[in-house]
Amino acid sequence: MAIECLVLGAGQEVGKSCVIVTINGKRIMFDCGMHMGYLDHRRYPDFSLISKSGDFDNALTCIIITHFHLDHVGALPYFTEVCGYRGPVYMTYPTKALAPLMLEDYRKVMVDRRGEQEQFTADHIAKCMKKVIPVDLRQSVQVDEDLEIRAYYAGHVIGAAMFYAKVGDAEMVYTGDYNMTPDRHLGAAQIDRLRIDLLITESTYATTIRDSKYSREREFLKAVYKCVSGGGKVLIPTFALGRAQELCILLDDYWERMNLKVPIYFSAGLTIQANMYYKMLINWTSQKIKDTYSTHNPFDFKNVHNFERSMIDAPGPCVLFATPGMISGGFSLEVFKHWAPSEKNLVTLPGYCVAGTIGHKLMSGKVTKIDLDQDTQIDVRCQVHQLAFSPHTDSKGIMDLVKFLSPKHVILVHGEKPKMASLKEKIHSELGIQCYDPANNETISIPSSLYVKARTSSTFIRSCQNPNFKFQKCSSVDRSDSSLKNRNFMTQLQVNDERIAEGILVLEKSKKAKTVHQDELSHMLGEKKHEVQFAYCCPVHIVDSMDSFNDRNPWLQLLHSKLHSEISDENVQNFGEHLQVESFHVSLCLKDKCPHRIQEISQNINNRVYFCCIWSAVDDKLAWKIISVIENLSL
Amino acid sequence: MKFSCLSKGGGFHFPPCHMLNFCGVRILLDCPLDLSALTVFSPVPTGYNALSEEGISFSPAHDYLGSEDESQKREKIQKLPDSKSLIFAEPWYKTVKNLHLWNVSFIDVILISSPMGMLGLPFLTRTKGFSAKIYVTEAAARLGQLMMEDLVSMHSELRQFYGPEDSNFPTWLRQEELEMLSPELREVVQGKDGVELGGWMPMYSAADVKDCALKVQTLKFAEAACYNGALVIKAFSSGVEIGSCNWILNGPTGDIAYLSSSSFISAHAMNFDYNRLKGTHMLIYSDFSSLSATQDIEDEDSASASTVNQLSSLSPQELAKFFLNPDENLEEKEKLVFICSCAIECVREGGSVLIPINRLETLLQLLEQMTASLESSAMKVPVYIISSVAEELLAFLNVIPEWLSEYRQERLFAGEPLFAHVGLMKEKKLHVVPAIHSHKLLTNWREPCIVFTPHWSLRLGPAVHLLRRWCGDPNSLLILEDTLNPELALLPFKPIAMKVLQCAFPFGIKLKKVQPLLKTLEPKIVLFPEELRSQSCFSSASSFSVLHYTEAETLHVSCQKDSSELKIATELASQFHWRKLKGDINVARLKGDLLMEHGKHHLLLENEQENSLKNRPMQYWGSLDAEKLLAELSKMGIKASLEHCMGDTESQTVCLVHVQEPQRALIEVGTTSTVITAANETAASAIFEAIDKILDGV
Repeated sequence: MAIECLVLGAGQEVGKSCVIVTINGKRIMFDCGMHMGYLDHRRYPDFSLISKSGDFDNALTCIIITHFHLDHVGALPYFTEVCGYRGPVYMTYPTKALAPLMLEDYRKVMVDRRGEQEQFTADHIAKCMKKVIPVDLRQSVQVDEDLEIRAYYAGHVIGAAMFYAKVGDAEMVYTGDYNMTPDRHLGAAQIDRLRIDLLITESTYATTIRDSKYSREREFLKAVYKCVSGGGKVLIPTFALGRAQELCILLDDYWERMNLKVPIYFSAGLTIQANMYYKMLINWTSQKIKDTYSTHNPFDFKNVHNFERSMIDAPGPCVLFATPGMISGGFSLEVFKHWAPSEKNLVTLPGYCVAGTIGHKLMSGKVTKIDLDQDTQIDVRCQVHQLAFSPHTDSKGIMDLVKFLSPKHVILVHGEKPKMASLKEKIHSELGIQCYDPANNETISIPSSLYVKARTSSTFIRSCQNPNFKFQKCSSVDRSDSSLKNRNFMTQLQVNDERIAEGILVLEKSKKAKTVHQDELSHMLGEKKHEVQFAYCCPVHIVDSMDSFNDRNPWLQLLHSKLHSEISDENVQNFGEHLQVESFHVSLCLKDKCPHRIQEISQNINNRVYFCCIWSAVDDKLAWKIISVIENLSL
Repeated sequence: MKFSCLSKGGGFHFPPCHMLNFCGVRILLDCPLDLSALTVFSPVPTGYNALSEEGISFSPAHDYLGSEDESQKREKIQKLPDSKSLIFAEPWYKTVKNLHLWNVSFIDVILISSPMGMLGLPFLTRTKGFSAKIYVTEAAARLGQLMMEDLVSMHSELRQFYGPEDSNFPTWLRQEELEMLSPELREVVQGKDGVELGGWMPMYSAADVKDCALKVQTLKFAEAACYNGALVIKAFSSGVEIGSCNWILNGPTGDIAYLSSSSFISAHAMNFDYNRLKGTHMLIYSDFSSLSATQDIEDEDSASASTVNQLSSLSPQELAKFFLNPDENLEEKEKLVFICSCAIECVREGGSVLIPINRLETLLQLLEQMTASLESSAMKVPVYIISSVAEELLAFLNVIPEWLSEYRQERLFAGEPLFAHVGLMKEKKLHVVPAIHSHKLLTNWREPCIVFTPHWSLRLGPAVHLLRRWCGDPNSLLILEDTLNPELALLPFKPIAMKVLQCAFPFGIKLKKVQPLLKTLEPKIVLFPEELRSQSCFSSASSFSVLHYTEAETLHVSCQKDSSELKIATELASQFHWRKLKGDINVARLKGDLLMEHGKHHLLLENEQENSLKNRPMQYWGSLDAEKLLAELSKMGIKASLEHCMGDTESQTVCLVHVQEPQRALIEVGTTSTVITAANETAASAIFEAIDKILDGV
């Protein structure tokens, strides 16, 4: 059996995440995102690769959306309403609540401000969201009889989830974006130790390792404070959800502590409305915030007000959160045009901006002029502060997750090509796990695990659970340190309990395979056991002729002490009349004619004693080793 | 599997309690308190009056007062009980008495199906040696904790009044005191035959509640919890209360569905998810709600037989429609509207309305309906909620969309608060205060008003004081939950001039829906309460067999499978050395790591691969044909001769095979054993190889 993975987006790039996974006949689309950097057909995943005929309902079992960012959900209304997919769509409660806000915001920016032809209407978004089935974390959802999915907390934005999927014996996890360290308002990603065949993980920061976040937060606050105390205006272009709330909690708290009166604004009603959602979704935030909600909901910001367009050129310092992030257009661009020419002002940018946006240009070095289009040019004199904290996991976090889950295969998506290649190498060399970083529209096929099912008898199960104690005398490792050895004399006996699951699988015609304990088998077959043993009566030459008939035990005792030192890793038991190692049984043979005495001995009988050995086939190797010891014995 | 019903409970606030032994795991289902028994105690006496009244004492000295008092008391018994015949002492709480027969430390798992089923839990968790894993849904755990905290806080008022107890054994529990009680009260205290006396416990502390909450393992609906790898436990909404649930247990020897009280129509809680309970081997039916309900049974009965037959042909959608009968929903709505109209009527006449209620579902419905009615009738009457946990409770309700009905979830997606009370509080139409003496209430208090407050027993909490205030006012109205004994509940407040509206709020599965539901769920065996046998007779044609259970009796049900399933990893299976036996049987020796995961046995490849699967068989059977052996030996270039043994029965040796070349060796062939004698390893293994080809073995 195999898992087939078709990467439609976010293959060796960031943007339009979309991976089609085929497991045991079920086909799941993980994320359905759009690319912010493109305006042509490249903005959407190439859906025609899923089904040539466009019959997506039969081609896909379900769609799973990990979180509400546009590069993960942006193409969903287009796919369901324009392309006509009508099957189930799963996302977490917060994602279902917040995704339409993001989509509507984007649609407005495209249509109202850029004057583009719209790809989907507001009605499309509403209809699309109606089809969404909301899921809670850890809930096991039965999509159909064979496909089970489960969401795990991913921490990236509110409601972000990693998804586990299982069909038959094949299991996998798709992470979406995640964060392995908690931030101001969200907890860290959490997942069970699963036994999975495939892990598809994001790799935005494939090579970066970040230190503590607090110093970076302080840096940000200092930059903002410096600007407003100098009478400047701070523009924070963000998307309405996620980063806006995190920074707002940070600023609101700082304002309170420093007793600042400079106004903090949110552009449009969007973020205010978003805060309404955050208040209801408090269970999806970090434990710290959850603990306080009943007395004061932390998303009731005390110092935050609504911003009007007329206030753009109003005098005096202020802090403004404006959408969209990355200054890809819309209101944040409008404000940027007004504020950028003054060196008193400050623009803070998130850690990652998609290529093609103004944010990306600002980040790529000292920029003094930006050409907006043929006619407009913006003088950039304001300061630019880059936020060094990001809701994505760093390279250490990715490695930790891969190590924790130890899947059989890893596929990297959502990252930059050269960095992904080095992470891929690292995963392969350090963890010994097969790793891939497919490009867009490439398919990866990996083998998946499969179990053979058999019935089992209770005797077999019981026998497996029987304690199997092994007492081992461990020789002291450090022989030179004799004082220590003496002190630890008592601890030299090691007890192991290695339970052995051993049995016999029986396959009968037209019957289900059954596992039984070996003692049950002969009964099942109706035949008697037949024991096959080996025997050998081993002659040993006696140098020092002593009366063997009166005092025979010393030879056996001698053999015992010899065996004890020669085969130290086995437990040699002394029963007086005979010695036993596993099934190997040795005693002094006093018969004149023993059937196991093979070699003819012509010499004087008095010069010899015979050790009669008998053992079963299992201990063949051991037996011959002991016999060689006996043969070399000189008594 | 063993199942013992410890208590069938009584009504909404006292769910049933069972003990289940499944796959070797001892499981306690719910741990409730019988709070209706609180009615034998007096509510907190009103200061001076109580002290001066004759015949009432809470000092132990009373016991030694002698005969003159005795006669007075005897008289009291003869008469109908009045407010003075109640027990004037710090109340104790009645737990499930059969639970005390079990050693708490032997319980492995506790499943809590509703917030009500959690109230007795601190009594267990504080016991020494308690080690059970407690599973509760996240919402039920929070609501349950709030209910317990409220209970402790309300109780503290009485504890303050009576002061610390002198001994561990209160006066009122003494035999001679019990005999003084009126028969009615005595039955509540010690049960019908006096056996329930052992169930009484003094109140747990706030620390006990906190400790209990820490020991709880919370679950989401449909989250798979795995106990010891062997038992997979899942909760599915039952619709009775927010977070309340039914359970599915999956073990290596079968699966069980536990069906607690469930509601097809839920106002706020997530709908009864009966579809996920389908197809288990056994179903434990534990909805006793129809016992306490005042339904017209005859009517139901005749209907049910015919409906079952009709229903068999219905599609799942049609069935769902039958279960979610909109008529019943309408009936409930009408009842709410009627209650609210009564309340408005009362307020209009200058009276106040007291609603002592603890059912969250009903409380929220009434609250929304009441404020809407007030709005529409343009009345400006304040609405109060007085409870130590009300603020926290209301805040909590607004952050749990995942646990609510689809209607409430839609409000989340529309960006509106989940419940109307958020807006009402902002508009100052609804005042939420922790206690009757809180400053915020005293400054805001206006009469007439509408007050929601605990506790439904009328013995604890702010309800007692407000009832004392209004019971003489004929214009005021008390809206009372349908309790078992309203006379007794109202006893301490007599004479009562205020109007009393007693309403039954039905819950649970209606009798006529029991059979269709069970038919839909398709279990093989149903454990059904004996008490409900007469009310629902199962036709012999039903697809499942029915076993009836009674309180305090243990039912043994044989396991579903004798052999469980083993999943063998393909990596391991590909290493098998198959041997073909007579009669088309193939056998292979297997060795690996046995693992119990999610209720299934897995056999995986061992980590240390020390060539564990030897090619050489370790067990043989049948008898060895000496002639065949000779032929096989000669094929290998080994010369041997055969010597038959005669009559040597002792050794059971049939014959001897002497090997001359290449090396001397001897093979003793017996009926059940063969011994190879050779002087070195190569010779021995060559002969062994020949035998291996002839004998069946693995």
